Amino acid sequence: MELDVVDLSRLQFAATAMYHFLFVPLTLGISILCAVMETVYVMTRRPIWRQMTRFWGTLFGINFVLGVATGITMEFQFGMNWSYYSHYVGDIFGAPLAIEGLMAFFLEATFVGLWFFGWDKLSARAHCIVGWLVAMGSNFSALWILIANGWMQNPVGAVFNPDTMRMEIDNFFEVLFNPVAQAKFVHTVSAGYVTAAIFVIGVSAWYLLKGRHIELARRSIAVGASFGLAAVLSVIVLGDESGYESTLNQKMKLAAIEAMWDTEPAPASFTLVGIPDQAARETKYAIHIPWAMGLIGTRSLTEEITGIKDLVVQSEARIRSGVLAWDALQTIRIERGNTPPEVRKAFEDNGGNLGFGLLLMRYVEDPRQATDEQIAKAAWDTVPTVWPMFWTFRIMVGCGFLMLGFLAWTFWVTNFRSGRYPTWHLRLAVAMIPIPWIAAETGWFVAEFGRQPWTVDGVLPTFLSVSHLSALDLLITLVGFVALYTTLLVIEVRLMLAAIRKGPHQDVAETDAWDAVHRARLSGKPDAFPAE
Amino acid sequence: MILHELISYDILRLIWWVLLGVLLIGFALTDGFDLGVGALLPFVAKTDVERRVAINTIGPVWEGNQVWLILGGGAIFAAWPPLYAVSFSGFYLAMFLVLAALILRPVGFKYRNKRESAVWRRNWDWALFVGGAVPALVFGVAVGNALQGVPFGLTDTQMPIYPGNAILKLLWLLNPFALLAGVASFAMLLTHGAAWLSFKAEGPVAIRARKIGAVSGPVAIAAFLLAGVWLAFGITGFRYVGAVDPLGPSNPLLTEMVREGSWIGAYSERPWIIVAPILGVLGILGATLGLRAGREGLALLSSKLGIFGVISTVGLTMFPLILPSTLQPGASLTVWNASSSHQTLFIMLVCTVIFLPLILIYTAWVYKVLWGKVGAEEIEKNPNAY
Repeated sequence: MELDVVDLSRLQFAATAMYHFLFVPLTLGISILCAVMETVYVMTRRPIWRQMTRFWGTLFGINFVLGVATGITMEFQFGMNWSYYSHYVGDIFGAPLAIEGLMAFFLEATFVGLWFFGWDKLSARAHCIVGWLVAMGSNFSALWILIANGWMQNPVGAVFNPDTMRMEIDNFFEVLFNPVAQAKFVHTVSAGYVTAAIFVIGVSAWYLLKGRHIELARRSIAVGASFGLAAVLSVIVLGDESGYESTLNQKMKLAAIEAMWDTEPAPASFTLVGIPDQAARETKYAIHIPWAMGLIGTRSLTEEITGIKDLVVQSEARIRSGVLAWDALQTIRIERGNTPPEVRKAFEDNGGNLGFGLLLMRYVEDPRQATDEQIAKAAWDTVPTVWPMFWTFRIMVGCGFLMLGFLAWTFWVTNFRSGRYPTWHLRLAVAMIPIPWIAAETGWFVAEFGRQPWTVDGVLPTFLSVSHLSALDLLITLVGFVALYTTLLVIEVRLMLAAIRKGPHQDVAETDAWDAVHRARLSGKPDAFPAE
Repeated sequence: MILHELISYDILRLIWWVLLGVLLIGFALTDGFDLGVGALLPFVAKTDVERRVAINTIGPVWEGNQVWLILGGGAIFAAWPPLYAVSFSGFYLAMFLVLAALILRPVGFKYRNKRESAVWRRNWDWALFVGGAVPALVFGVAVGNALQGVPFGLTDTQMPIYPGNAILKLLWLLNPFALLAGVASFAMLLTHGAAWLSFKAEGPVAIRARKIGAVSGPVAIAAFLLAGVWLAFGITGFRYVGAVDPLGPSNPLLTEMVREGSWIGAYSERPWIIVAPILGVLGILGATLGLRAGREGLALLSSKLGIFGVISTVGLTMFPLILPSTLQPGASLTVWNASSSHQTLFIMLVCTVIFLPLILIYTAWVYKVLWGKVGAEEIEKNPNAY
């Protein structure tokens, strides 16, 4: 297989983003869990909660720095590998990235250092507030990056400016309150909370299996189970699907996920498993569940879901309109102020489909020269490869329901069975640790691979978005980043395991001292909290 | 939104040019000493305890400081998209080197102390050295290249292009003038790091830092002045031909520009800008003298003023150019042809006006909480210390 600059750029983005997202979800969730635990400590002054905060905080720290390190690349690689994209949509896409820095990164990064170094420099209350600021910072950063990403999926509030040959902002509030972005934000941060919950429960279960740090482990499971159950319900119920009806590409993504080649009468059936065949445009050996797809996709029994073949017909019409827009643009570009009004009118009428016209540049230099055959080919280009979409989506959903069952069961045992976890349950908890990561990575794959052939849906095709670089440039950086990241990942996992094996600082004397005070208080002799 | 009409487009462009400088200077003032400490690490600290002292002087703050760079990237993307697109892909492999070096830093700080092994710690010390030295050098090299012009072009559809082979382009970036600029920035940040260590560290680390800073300061001044002379006599400048439209669309292809004359012409057009290089030289001189005399506070403050002066010198000398093109001078990016739309610049200004003061306030508070010297004793007490 020969890889060109476009393939290599995509591979590099996928690799660096997926590495980055190995660390992000845990940071999102565990920063909040640490803040919750520290709040309990500040309210009760029971040292065990401080010990828990510090222990999970240590693991948070090991994970956090790799999120930071791999995040540096994310901020700069749009300009490095995707320079035409950066020019074409920077006016809109750059803003949330910059606001993310102003509002989120500074907050998170300035206070995270103080959180680790400030235990003896701040009062317990102030330290706890610092912890919440770190958690808020990381969650705000998810908000802004998903506003940016949501815009790529559903580019609202922007228009093409022929004077600058790029997209420019028209309505910032539409970009801000983009429904796709909002759905993605809730889905993604909730997934991060689930990741942290499963991680905390899994590690704690291992301690219970080994009979170590029982107090810490049981309390951590209790916190993790309720936090995780609420989060997993949010991930599933407030799923990502609410945005799938908004644009042609989002509809195409939905159809590809379901390998739905033909439009089915409402309510459509759900294909549980099957083997999608792109060339034959059909799904073999499919097992259907009647009605389910209509319910998932449209939340109704009467609305139709459009199949791939019909969506391609729509794409073809938009490509033809896009050619007219391109034609008008060539006149406007040269004539500028002197453009005849009918040409302006033609651009206004067809400008929304300019991106579809650009799809033809894969086959001809000038879209106006495209043959009918090339237009038909370009229309089929709007279909992402179906089988990876079909299967990764099912893996993600499977993981989601597995985690729902596990967290519900753990919550039940914790609260209604006095936390008498059977051994198999604890073993399962340890085995569950990788599951949220699998769900998160496949989820991103579905979202971004499903956006193809576009970088910005309907606006800019991926193959036009790259930088003017050679394959050698990209190979050097791809190999470099992957080698560096893999080395760091291996080191990170080993340090995590070492920190888990080592366990928390014991603080036994402190715990005993507190217990004495606590018993005194319970027996009706209220006493001051132990001195800090 | 019509609100953005409140401030005219040319004023907004000017404000964002100043803010670009603020971010770069903010980065150099704060993360600059982190880079300097990284580059100094193997030389100012010999034993493991000494190295931990040096690292822990920046331990709690490097993360926040680094955000100045990340925000710089984001702000260039938002306010100067063509600059973001052209420069990062044009300096491709150099950017990669910087990123790879910067990636080592967070990990080095956090992981170094996680294991007792001497080999483990020595390896991370080298990673931190690379993470400090490489960016400190390459940022200067990049500025040196921007002053000479970069061989990029723009197609009819504004696709940035850069002819040539990947490796050769990287080697071309390392030309003598650019290397001189690299030496200047490296020595300047080394001095800044030395001033920070003498201010913040106890014992032999501070003493060694003072000695090195007392040498690197004069080197930085010499390289800066030499680069100035070279710029005056050996490097062709760029200038607009015909009318300049500060309100025009952000389209470099509509610009008419030639490569002729000298950058130094700016000093006869705007004589007041001579203040910037003077401040640069005096600042670094003050840092050097402060380090020699053991006046740490004075040294750190002077070093900050010096960096402020040096970076302002570059911006003010080139104004209104930001990134000139040798290949297609008309495609050069300027303050007037390479910004975002009027509305985006306005929205981003509103966000900056809200958040930047907040950032400055809470950052100042964090530095206040962490005030005081870092010594071996304190590190032993904190299990989270690096």
